[in-house]
Amino acid sequence: MRATARTFLVAALALGLALPSIGYANTKAGEALVKQGTIGGAPCMQCHGANGEGQAAAGYPRLAGQSKAYLMKQLQDFKSGQRHDPLMNVFAQALKEQQISDVAEYYASLPGWQPSKQAWSTLPTSPAPPTSLGLALVQQGNWDKGIPACFACHGEKGAGIFPFFPALAGQHKTYLLKQLTAWQSGARANDPQGLMKAVAQKMSPAEMTAVSTYLESLQ
Amino acid sequence: MMLGWIKSMRQSRAFHPTWIVMSVLSIIGVAGVIAVPSLYASAKTPAPTSLRPKQVAAFQPLTRPSFTPPAASAIPSNEFGEAVLLGRNIFRNTQVYAKKYVGNGLNCVNCHLDDGRKTNAAPLWAAYVKYPAYREKNHKVNTYEERLAGCFRFSMNGTAPASDSKEMIGLVAYSFWLAQGAPTGVDLAGSGYPKLESPALTPDVTRGASVFAANCVICHGATGQGTKANGKYVFPPLWGKDSFNAGAGMTRVPTAAAFILANMPLGKGDSLTQQEAWDVAQYLNSHERPPDPRLK
Repeated sequence: MRATARTFLVAALALGLALPSIGYANTKAGEALVKQGTIGGAPCMQCHGANGEGQAAAGYPRLAGQSKAYLMKQLQDFKSGQRHDPLMNVFAQALKEQQISDVAEYYASLPGWQPSKQAWSTLPTSPAPPTSLGLALVQQGNWDKGIPACFACHGEKGAGIFPFFPALAGQHKTYLLKQLTAWQSGARANDPQGLMKAVAQKMSPAEMTAVSTYLESLQ
Repeated sequence: MMLGWIKSMRQSRAFHPTWIVMSVLSIIGVAGVIAVPSLYASAKTPAPTSLRPKQVAAFQPLTRPSFTPPAASAIPSNEFGEAVLLGRNIFRNTQVYAKKYVGNGLNCVNCHLDDGRKTNAAPLWAAYVKYPAYREKNHKVNTYEERLAGCFRFSMNGTAPASDSKEMIGLVAYSFWLAQGAPTGVDLAGSGYPKLESPALTPDVTRGASVFAANCVICHGATGQGTKANGKYVFPPLWGKDSFNAGAGMTRVPTAAAFILANMPLGKGDSLTQQEAWDVAQYLNSHERPPDPRLK
């Protein structure tokens, strides 16, 4: 009886040590792919930056701290062709399923978009009314046109509600604007239930620019 | 029997078949004298087709007056404005600004979208002008405050703030401020939730479960538990201990169906069919939730 308990304890301890290290190994494998690339594809960091910060001018998105599940879905959609991008379609096709998971895990592990620890309770008791169109849209939306607040789904301060609603805070304006335009035109259509398409279709170009500018300014 | 009667009448010379023909002809004649001139008269009257909707509206007001509440930026910066702002904040984030009165994980804005401003999502400005009013729910005339208290007791599964508390004063001030300029005692366009037609099929839990899985799960969770971030609900729980209790208006399937059709999924209101709204409302109210406090 005592021997069984001891065996169980040792096994549990071993498992407890092994599980995090499996995760660590995956992250390291992902890092290698990001920095060195695959046989058929360029290293991710060439466009998405050494720290997953992206490139504003080219409209390459920031990936650091994004949800693993969200990143995996995007890579899978690029691979299957459900999401279109001439470069990403090629690179994603070169990735095996495990590599997709590893890359996503690595980017998710980088600091960047961890949901803010500042809760509502620490906000001032009388938040000032929004001063800009961008702030008004992210916090309140424009219900006259049926547009919900960005933060209603993407979380307080745009930190993301994972896995379905990616983080937006600090994302490049160029990328955000390009995506909103693509949702509206139907060029991008890999959103769950067409939710983002429904919202983008109600937005004016001025509103798209305003939210993209505001979201980029959040850190 | 009839033939026998006719036969007896013929024998007594009180009846002849020709009489039937004569009486029918005379009825047609009289009717013609009355009907033809009236037909002619109505034909002569020019048909005012463009005016007809207005004439109909005069008898039966099909269009309810519309109303637009003031912009949030117009809240005055004085003592009154402070109360209005507190009311707005309670409404938007009940879990922080009125925490001690709330017994579940909900915020007012979960059902009253856009800080209680949105039409067809039970806007506050439309409710404010309809009170005091008699309610079947408690068989008495309720003030607006009592109506708000009902929300705390049932929808928020808590206890109402006292009349003279800053929270109640704030909520009333916010409602009053939103309704400024609206006519009182009038059913304004967009009040409450739009009534649905009776369902073609009896609302069904099994069909509702499919509607739920296809449209609601990514936000409200597979078990209706909602989604939390930083320990607070971002997407509200639809049943279970943190949801509205069994006495809440939303437990009525027609109310839930109407709310869902007009407002859900968020940003894609009016995208479900009426039948889907009925079925999913039936499904979400088939689950356990906190008991009705009146039955405790």
